Amino acid sequence: MSHRGVAFITGLIFAIGLGISGMTQPTKVRDFLDISGAWDPSLAFVMGGAVTVYLLVFHLIIPRLDRPIVGERFGIPSRRDLDRPLLLGSALFGVGWGLGGLCPGPALTSALSGLTPILVFLAAMVGGMALHSLKTHLMPIKRD
Amino acid sequence: MNVPSSDLFAALAGGLLIGVATTFMMIFSGRIAGVSGIVGGLIPPRRHDMDWRLAFLSGLVGGGALLRVFYPEAFPAALTTPTATLVAAGLLVGYGARLGNGCTSGHGVCGIGRMSRRSLVATAVFLSTGMLTVFVHRHLLGAAS
Repeated sequence: MSHRGVAFITGLIFAIGLGISGMTQPTKVRDFLDISGAWDPSLAFVMGGAVTVYLLVFHLIIPRLDRPIVGERFGIPSRRDLDRPLLLGSALFGVGWGLGGLCPGPALTSALSGLTPILVFLAAMVGGMALHSLKTHLMPIKRD
Repeated sequence: MNVPSSDLFAALAGGLLIGVATTFMMIFSGRIAGVSGIVGGLIPPRRHDMDWRLAFLSGLVGGGALLRVFYPEAFPAALTTPTATLVAAGLLVGYGARLGNGCTSGHGVCGIGRMSRRSLVATAVFLSTGMLTVFVHRHLLGAAS
């Protein structure tokens, strides 16, 4: 198998998982974030399920492999610093997620759902990503 | 809180599948399955680092098309979110995920699964601002959904 094949299968399983879990229902996502209203705890189960699998595999299987099955090496981020972009970016992301009830995975999974508003969100999301690329291109990051 | 237990089982089952997908990518390709990182890497596209990103995107969008055919309940019948809200939400999600180096999948699943300090903090931050936003939007500004 190639990296392409792995990536395609990952995307496919990912989308089906998102669809089954309820993450492609923006109102349900907002109900989960609405702790002062009729809180819907479902999405805690989504994250709990996904993180449990990842924790087990990452700590039990990955250490036993010299390298990934298709790739040359594991690309695991090693940074530990809590810098301003991490905090500010995550804060802005959360505001957007709360406003629309959509994050990138579920929004892309819903691209062909026939819901036009999703396409508006996706166009704006790509615009936001492009703005960031443009900003880093014009003002290269200064590591301090 | 008034949620049928079938919703909780579905949430757990979907979560386990997301876990399978993200670890599949790590075991086979050694890569983090973070949606905003993989897709954001296409903007702008770079010739030698495009094919696997496009393949992931096709899987994600194709999986959504399969859902529409075999499990249409995955999507709401309609979305009444006003266009201005969608535009603001999309811009914030896109820009914020790139600036913060990850979103719900990269930080929230893969990062926490690795027990990365940066991802734990990022997830705590976006959950907090997300909750605060819904509170203000729904309960103070009276948004409809």
